[in-house]
Amino acid sequence: MIDQITVFLENSEGRLAALCRTLSDAGVNMSALTIADTADYGVVRIICDAPAKAKEALVAADFRTVVTKVACIQVPNRPGGLSDLLSVLDGLNLNIEYGYCFSVKQDTAVDVLKISGEAEEAEATAALEKAGFKLLSLEDLS
Amino acid sequence: MSKTQEILTLPHDQIEDIQLEGIKKTVVACYENIPFYKESFDAAGFDPFSIESLDDLANAPFTTKQDLRDNYPYGMLAVPKNEVREIHMSSGTTGIATVGAYTDHDLEIWGDCFARGVLYANGGDDDIMHVCYGYGLFTGGLGAHYGGVAAGCMTIPMSAGNTERQIRVLREMGSTILCCTPSYAMHIADTAISMGLDPAKDFHLRAGIHGAEAFSDNFRADLEKKLNYKVLDVYGLTETMGPGVAIECWEQNGLHLAEDHFFAEIIDPDTGKVLPDGEWGELVLTTIDREASPVVRYRTRDITRIIPGECACGRTHRRIDRLHGRTDDMLIIRGVNVFPSQIEDVMKTVPELSSWYQVEVTTVNHLDRVTLKVELEQGFDFDAIAAIERLQKSVEAKMKTALSVGIKVKIVEPKSIPRSEGKAKRVIDLRTGNE
Repeated sequence: MIDQITVFLENSEGRLAALCRTLSDAGVNMSALTIADTADYGVVRIICDAPAKAKEALVAADFRTVVTKVACIQVPNRPGGLSDLLSVLDGLNLNIEYGYCFSVKQDTAVDVLKISGEAEEAEATAALEKAGFKLLSLEDLS
Repeated sequence: MSKTQEILTLPHDQIEDIQLEGIKKTVVACYENIPFYKESFDAAGFDPFSIESLDDLANAPFTTKQDLRDNYPYGMLAVPKNEVREIHMSSGTTGIATVGAYTDHDLEIWGDCFARGVLYANGGDDDIMHVCYGYGLFTGGLGAHYGGVAAGCMTIPMSAGNTERQIRVLREMGSTILCCTPSYAMHIADTAISMGLDPAKDFHLRAGIHGAEAFSDNFRADLEKKLNYKVLDVYGLTETMGPGVAIECWEQNGLHLAEDHFFAEIIDPDTGKVLPDGEWGELVLTTIDREASPVVRYRTRDITRIIPGECACGRTHRRIDRLHGRTDDMLIIRGVNVFPSQIEDVMKTVPELSSWYQVEVTTVNHLDRVTLKVELEQGFDFDAIAAIERLQKSVEAKMKTALSVGIKVKIVEPKSIPRSEGKAKRVIDLRTGNE
């Protein structure tokens, strides 16, 4: 499991830039950033190399920030990579709150999943590992 | 100060004697020295020499803020200018300011009235009063200052602003009584906490005398917890003097009017009819012994009531209830009266919301739309958007139940609601004609 940084942002000009500037000034490198947007606000989710440092810098700059545990799973970078992964989870009767994918190397990609409930999360990761998927740590991503 | 103590427990019929004598003089002085009053009394057919009882005052016409503005700057002065020692002005956010003028005697009364707050806090010359109302034309700073000095406190004239220095002085000087707006007290507390301090332990406060804006019981409870002191509500307005017209005692059950200096009536704001004790309405004040700026039946636009019965503290001066807000703050949303303090009361039942909010009213398709902008407390887990939506929906439902009118809740980022050093601006009315 990896610490994802989640930041609450208003939908107003310059807020995302301010967030990125704050992380850049703190020397934090991001591997992935995704925005879930609504009419009034957005929730920005970030995978980076130093989550603790990132949170500290963001809180000091008055961003509402929480740290969330997410599963990062390595999949082959080919058609059907995510599909194979999800078919393992299918039938476990769990709820994926959200997910996103990114690619750091040519031949593999990373799927990020937030599964609701701690027990369900443990069950899902165990099933994935049993099916041969690699759960990534921060070091694996750097 | 010993004299002050005695007058606070004088039998009420004796206070009424003082009031009747004072009102007779005030009404005549206004008629003879201020052209506005001569015109206004004559037009209403009110004979200033006809007052035989306190009830007779109800025959006098009202004075409004507009009347004071129309006579800016010196038109309402009842004494020659060379007897005036000090001038204050109301904030004048909506146009021309109103002027309050003070003779030596008026300044003495003012100090004496605010000093009662120190007495109500069981304090005196062992207290250190930290005043961070703004000093200047605003009556808050100097009014509290004169009160602190009159009560014998060591008085620290901080004025507003530079919050980190306020915090340093509060800690290092060991201030025991804090005087400022309630929203600034909250800002000081929150800033201290964000600096890693625990103001409940690191400060030495015993009491806060907070006013100039309405605040809810929940907001007060929050302040008392953060600063580990007791909050007394103080009421006043430039048009009649400044802070000290009424102050809460240690019982925290209504604000004792300084009845030897001010005569209070509660009226129905629509009909102007005087209401009996206990009923809510608009507070109307007549000064009893102001020399420079006397007022007769001044409509304060503040909504309160006279609390019937005697206070457990034993003081005989009648109490007004904590303000619901001003008639000018009262929003009429699709025909329903809404006070910002009611919105605040609902917010306080939701721990995920902070105390910082602003209400914005706009017109959409000819209908009023109210948006509550509010900041989140630290620690609320908003990672799933559904959690934010659930929070918004539950607050909207609570508002609807409490106010009978729909309000849209908009979560905003920390510090995006402006932090006030003076009066907090809680309502932004952007409806046509309300700017």
